[in-house]
Amino acid sequence: MPETEVSAPKRVQWQTAEVREIVEETPRVKSLALDVAGWPGHRAGQRVDVRLTAEDGYQAQRSYSIASAPETPRLMLTVERIEEGEVSPYLTDEVRIGDQFQLRGPIGGHFVWTADLGGPLFLVAGGSGIVPLMAMLRHRAAAKSAVEATLLYSSRTFEDIIYRAELDALAKDGKLRVFHTLTRKQPAGWRGGSRRIDRNMLAEVGFRPALRPRTFICGPMRLVEDGARHLLELGYDRALIKTERFGPTGA
Amino acid sequence: MSEPPISRGFRGRRKSGAPADRVPPGQHLVSDFPVLSAGPTPHTPLEEWTFTLEDGSKVLKEWTWAEFEKLPQTKIKTDIHCVTTWSKLDTNWEGVSIDDLLAAAGLSEPPAPYIVASCDGGYTTNLPVEDLLDGKAMIATRYEGAPLPSEHGGPARLLVPHLYFWKSAKWVRGIEFRETDEPGFWEALGYHMYGDPWREQRYAGD
Repeated sequence: MPETEVSAPKRVQWQTAEVREIVEETPRVKSLALDVAGWPGHRAGQRVDVRLTAEDGYQAQRSYSIASAPETPRLMLTVERIEEGEVSPYLTDEVRIGDQFQLRGPIGGHFVWTADLGGPLFLVAGGSGIVPLMAMLRHRAAAKSAVEATLLYSSRTFEDIIYRAELDALAKDGKLRVFHTLTRKQPAGWRGGSRRIDRNMLAEVGFRPALRPRTFICGPMRLVEDGARHLLELGYDRALIKTERFGPTGA
Repeated sequence: MSEPPISRGFRGRRKSGAPADRVPPGQHLVSDFPVLSAGPTPHTPLEEWTFTLEDGSKVLKEWTWAEFEKLPQTKIKTDIHCVTTWSKLDTNWEGVSIDDLLAAAGLSEPPAPYIVASCDGGYTTNLPVEDLLDGKAMIATRYEGAPLPSEHGGPARLLVPHLYFWKSAKWVRGIEFRETDEPGFWEALGYHMYGDPWREQRYAGD
């Protein structure tokens, strides 16, 4: 069984979040920094449920990963616009500073990394699957952790890379390596990968299995299914691989 | 709790054709079949696969895959509801009902009031036995007429469609009867012990 910290169940209350800052990460992705009175704190990798209420009382609810480190005062969510979605188009296109909605959390205690767990840390992301992994990297930086970490991150195009500048800055600590792969289109002179994440790429970019890397994979279903299977074939320990699958239904 | 704040400018999609009596509160309909699992998908070869019924640690009955496939087969069409807020209507499953499983093990009645289902990969979930009986649950081995794909829990998953779908444990390999209701994997991580979607029992205390 993957080891997991078990905490006593507590009631998870709905709380009011107020939008304090909006960051355009990519043409389809925005981050919302929120004030949540009485936020109980979270661990990197956890999620929240978001509930929107229309004037006539109609409600819609979805689950989103937390992007911010626990050390940051404001809770940050990063949301990708799903065209057919109901909640994500509102959060990416409509919402303005000062707007309010409800959320509750933190939810999930399995897909979680805290600095005291150590490493090395191998993070594998596809698209907006980067979000909970970014919380881990932000936590690693805020906690001044010297854990060796590698991020393998697949995006469609250069413009679709979320947190690109911040990842570059985090990698300057010399202990974090960031490897991008672009599956649809690569800019001239691109030095990263130019195909989907496959077994060879995982072998080249990842840690040697003997180092027992703590591995987190988050992205679309196929990427996670295949990636986890390849890592097992390469000799990674099943108990140290944690997965979270994102689909368009996260909308 | 106080009135929820209005999310300015939010109208919602309000998809027509979503029958209110089939979509529990806080859920929305999907047409695809999302996959959520905590770790790598296990791939146990069918020749190594067994299914075990236990009372405490006493083995009551064990089946190989070939034996399991010979048990009476039941088909059901049902709606499923995931705690991450998606619901899917009219899914078709085939497998062995828990009623038939108990009968095949020679049990006229269940030996204890609760169970823990255990799975390849180490996942567990807890359930009251009465939620498994009278046609309410099965060990499903086929989905939409084909063998259940591994990412959806194949070769066999528990199917308890009237509860949130994390209770329908993937890659299930056994059921153990227990005198007390002890939390499984997600239940120990703050999810609800019972998980009734119509009462929106997502997390502890709901």
